[in-house]
Amino acid sequence: MNAVLRIDNLRVEYRSKEVGQRTKVAVNGLTLSVSCGEVFGFLGPNGAGKTTTMNVLLGFVNATSGSARIFGVDVRETIARQRLGYLPELTYYYKFLTAEELLRFYAKLFRIPRAERESRIDAVLKLVELEAASKRPIKTYSKGMQQRVGLAQALINNPDLLILDEPTSGLDPIGRMKVREIIQRLKSEGRTVFFSSHELGEVETVCDRVAILNQGELKVEGSVDDLVHQHQCNLEQLFLKVIGYRAV
Amino acid sequence: MNNVFAVTGIVIKEMYRRKDFYVLLILTVLITGVMGSVTFFNDEKISRYLKEICLLLIWISSLVIAITTVARQMPSEKENRTIFPLLAKPITRGQVLFGKFLGCWLACGIALLCFYVFFGAITVSREHQFHFLSYFQAATLHWFMLAILIGMALLGSLIFAAPSSNATICFVAATAILLVGRHLNQVALTLRGGQQTFVYGVYYAIPHLEIFDVRDLIIHNWPGIAWPYYATAALYALIYGGLFVTAACLIFRRKALN
Repeated sequence: MNAVLRIDNLRVEYRSKEVGQRTKVAVNGLTLSVSCGEVFGFLGPNGAGKTTTMNVLLGFVNATSGSARIFGVDVRETIARQRLGYLPELTYYYKFLTAEELLRFYAKLFRIPRAERESRIDAVLKLVELEAASKRPIKTYSKGMQQRVGLAQALINNPDLLILDEPTSGLDPIGRMKVREIIQRLKSEGRTVFFSSHELGEVETVCDRVAILNQGELKVEGSVDDLVHQHQCNLEQLFLKVIGYRAV
Repeated sequence: MNNVFAVTGIVIKEMYRRKDFYVLLILTVLITGVMGSVTFFNDEKISRYLKEICLLLIWISSLVIAITTVARQMPSEKENRTIFPLLAKPITRGQVLFGKFLGCWLACGIALLCFYVFFGAITVSREHQFHFLSYFQAATLHWFMLAILIGMALLGSLIFAAPSSNATICFVAATAILLVGRHLNQVALTLRGGQQTFVYGVYYAIPHLEIFDVRDLIIHNWPGIAWPYYATAALYALIYGGLFVTAACLIFRRKALN
């Protein structure tokens, strides 16, 4: 299968704020690839380097060494983001805009033709069930509604690759179910989803393959079924084993 | 340019949905209206002083609107983290900055238009004459001056972390240039050696905002300035504005966002 996302020997260093330490390695020698149509779970404890890796994929942070490519294009190229949808961990949108205006703004950035733009906005608003509130400013929305706006903006360009940073964090059970349904729907449509999550049960349900990162290094990678079978434990137990967790 | 215009539209929308712009606009309109309508002893000179004060008020308001609008653009994008979903779209950082610059400049242009139209209406009602060319040149050169200031504040917003410190520095710099900029070369003449070189260096490096201050055209009902001079001043503003935006792009291009 074609690799939609490919990371080769990625290393990211930050300038350290700690005394006596000049740099801090956030990601070290990460190599992985995600194939077309896969749902890929990117796991790891807090500070493992997941968000840094996603920041590199989205061009927010430059890699110190190594490379990352999306659809064969270097992530530093703007065009690499044309077929990509991104949902940040928390919702960050222009609160003075309505959901419809926000989606129209993002649709313009993707150069979606005017005729198609409005129908696309209607479709994603319907998908995330925000049609009734579409003309209200985002600042009046509840947290769950804002997260759904986030999902709508990530889907506005009908992306072939969706990058979701902890998409269910802070959502109620219904919200989580809804996100899960959308991921499964995208999977059935043959789209690729790359997401990080701390909800291991959810990851086990929807993911084809997972990678577990710890202290910036890739520890385990493989299909969920193979890993569970190989280690004779569920994903949560495997995760705890990999990060070296010892119960007190 | 599509992406640039999309960002520009958002900046303008933000400005007219915020209350502070309307407060300043209403305040200026009120003061201008009151001052423009009073008559002391039917003295023409007093009327000129009032015009001068009203125009000064418009200048101060425009500086406040321009600097405060621009100074918060990039810091608020980072603070509210709206920059992340924005840059995850196929848009370059340069386009974001240029869109912000253009949005702020156009928004300030709209505010200036409101101020000058209102001021013009008040003046016409008193003087029963209207020198369109003088108003046009004074207002547009004022607007070109704001292009330099907006570029400067945009660059400052990437250097200084807090919008308030950037706004203060820009306001002090603009006021200093407007007040003493034109006298620096005369000061340099009184100095010797390194000091003279330094003052001359500052004189030639700073953007001379004072050349755009042609309020006297309106105050004294003078004829308009020659078009070649007007065009040169406009070009000067665009070059300086462009230099500031380019410098901002160079800084922002490699900046890690996390």
